[in-house]
Amino acid sequence: MTAALHIEDLRLAYDGARGLHVVVDGFNLHLEAGRIGCLLGPSGCGKTTVLRAIAGFEPARAGRIRLGEVLLSSPDVHLPPERRRVGMMFQEYALFPHLNAAQNVGFGLRHLQRAARSARVAEMLALVGLADARARYPHELSGGQQQRIALARALAPSPALLLLDEPFSNLDGRTRERLTVEVRDILRRAGQTAMLVTHNEAEAQTMADHVGVMHDGRLTRWSEPLGH
Amino acid sequence: MTERSTAVSRVWLRPRAGLHAAGPAWRLASLAIALGVLAPAAALLWLALDADFSHWLHLARHVLPQAALNTALLLTGVGALVLVIGTGCAWLVTTCDFPGRRVLHWALLLPLAMPTYIVAFAYLDLLHPIGPVQGAIRWLLGYDSPRQFRLPDLRSMGGAVFVLGVVLYPYVYMTARAMFMTQPAHLMEAARSLGESRWGAFRRVALPLARPALAVGLSLALLETLNDIGASEFLGVNTLTVAVYTTWITRSDLAGAAQIACAMLFVVVALVLLERHGRRHQRYGSAQRMRAVQPRRLHGATAWGATALATLPVLIGFVAPALYLLWETFKRLQQGHGLSQGLIASLGNTLALALGVTVMAVVAGLIVAWTTRSAGSTRNRARWQARAATLGYAVPGTVLAIGLLSPALAVDAGLASLLGLAGLPLMSLGVVLAVACTIRFLAMPVGGIEAGLSRIPPALEQASRLLGETAQGTLRRVHLPLLRPAIAASALLVFVDAMKELPATLLLRPANFDTLATWLYAEAARGTYEEGAIAALGIVVAGLLPVVLLARSQLHTPVAPDTPALP
Repeated sequence: MTAALHIEDLRLAYDGARGLHVVVDGFNLHLEAGRIGCLLGPSGCGKTTVLRAIAGFEPARAGRIRLGEVLLSSPDVHLPPERRRVGMMFQEYALFPHLNAAQNVGFGLRHLQRAARSARVAEMLALVGLADARARYPHELSGGQQQRIALARALAPSPALLLLDEPFSNLDGRTRERLTVEVRDILRRAGQTAMLVTHNEAEAQTMADHVGVMHDGRLTRWSEPLGH
Repeated sequence: MTERSTAVSRVWLRPRAGLHAAGPAWRLASLAIALGVLAPAAALLWLALDADFSHWLHLARHVLPQAALNTALLLTGVGALVLVIGTGCAWLVTTCDFPGRRVLHWALLLPLAMPTYIVAFAYLDLLHPIGPVQGAIRWLLGYDSPRQFRLPDLRSMGGAVFVLGVVLYPYVYMTARAMFMTQPAHLMEAARSLGESRWGAFRRVALPLARPALAVGLSLALLETLNDIGASEFLGVNTLTVAVYTTWITRSDLAGAAQIACAMLFVVVALVLLERHGRRHQRYGSAQRMRAVQPRRLHGATAWGATALATLPVLIGFVAPALYLLWETFKRLQQGHGLSQGLIASLGNTLALALGVTVMAVVAGLIVAWTTRSAGSTRNRARWQARAATLGYAVPGTVLAIGLLSPALAVDAGLASLLGLAGLPLMSLGVVLAVACTIRFLAMPVGGIEAGLSRIPPALEQASRLLGETAQGTLRRVHLPLLRPAIAASALLVFVDAMKELPATLLLRPANFDTLATWLYAEAARGTYEEGAIAALGIVVAGLLPVVLLARSQLHTPVAPDTPALP
């Protein structure tokens, strides 16, 4: 299910007030299937833009993004987000406020029969340890619980790649440390390929197999973290 | 931390290339709506320029000067009155504490429920030389004949200014109050510490800061004045609006009506520019949130004087005419008259028209707002469309009707020959009237739904897309459920405004089709006063609903009030 991510010579830019503004250029990255990668860098270095491009919200001006054998983005190809099999955890959780926890987790499972769907939802809620929260609405959950529901929702359709955009930055210190370890263990157990973006070095060291440091739209280092 | 997270969310908020949430069909529909709104103005220009020049000379010599002068006088008078009442009351309830202040806070909005023509209708009877008010004054003064004492005639320019002023001041009150409430207290304190009196601080600091807000409120009140046909006509003031109506209805002179309507468009453009100017600066003015001004407690006679002063506009603009309508309705029903067939039919027509307009306006508003939001890199063009689509609120009903008439007749004739029908199908089914009302009230759903959409974080849309949902599916499963309150609120506003609409309805209604408003108009024009009060009461009761909604929303968010609903 889960697949390797290849990025070659990627260039990303947006139309600014004074013409094309290049944010990322000559970006290369290879992440093996089942591994967790992390992009680390100060704000404005282009790491979130790379994540947006992988998700399909930003077109590739040059280069290509492949997931396993599937070409996601190139200057001529742009697979729409819903067909990329890429899941995402957002910084601000992005749970649908009008749906309860179970309905949120089941949102991406419309292709399944009702019974299969509720079985998968139950499985996912159990995976993140929130089986008894299924009927609760997002506003009735704590920040940490919301983020775990968001993880369950993202993993439910078995994405080939999971993206995490500063997923823990809205949480307080202790919840954050606990959840970082929890999420890492869940992803390891599932053998899920995942790509994390953060500015927090400790978080990167805890979570990732590979840490890449970004500077001025380029990857300047891509390594095994210390202690691995 | 916060700096970093805003930087990140700003990246995510950039126009989402590659999302293409609104496909070509949406963009085409949105463009069609924008062009549809602009069509009447284009048709007006064409009609006006197409007529021969001598026609124009005749109008310019005999009709326009008087009507234009009357309109200018009316706008000036109403403008001055609404500024004084609106600003004064807003200042009183935000900076002073006196008995009844909490109630007056929202009660001062009540005249919004009174269409201008209904207030004129009520006061014509109330202030009649042998009516209750003048009778009471004579009784107090010991006179027994109208010949010995009478108030100045309401059927005059002064009367029209009075009537329009006492019901339109809430537009200024609303925007001014929001501004005074958000003005940081330390600015006033700084002025006081520099030796200004309370009045001086108001005049030199609070008022200049509130000027943009006052411009917005003033322009809305004046647009309503320009739109008004009932009050001016009942009170015998021949304005441009009345001239458009009579030129077309009594002289069947479409070119002439179009030329007068074009002249009105210039006034409209000036007022819209005033409003836009105000809104630009208003945004700047209320950007900062700081400790707001605390109301100062008044005592004794001063306090009761303030109460009396702030109650007066509510009494004159709402309570007195409402009580009059209730009393007349009661009398009528007491006399054993049932409701006439005609009135019941008018009620049915009104509800059907209002419902149709609501559905059309909400669907069109959703299309325009959704296309604007998901426009991506073509954002500027889409914004332009949204702005064009919302211009209808500024165009007076008569002008809109005259502009819509010839395109509608052309479409109708084509449709009739295509289907092999005789007559004018769209016109006689009331479709043209419904379209006119939709154009006029489209700003409310577009604005309401745009505001609703802006409160839905883009991450929700992205999450839905990444979970395998298409753009349309995301609209259906995520946005529509979340937009339900915004849609319901704008639908209510459109429904009530369509119920009250008079000028366009008068011109575009099918033969033998009456709404409550035209029923009332016909009775007032005949001077029969039979069931007019009942029709008026129905409109006012419906009109109270959005005022309650508005009052509630403003009470619950006293610090950052939303932009006031458009008229």
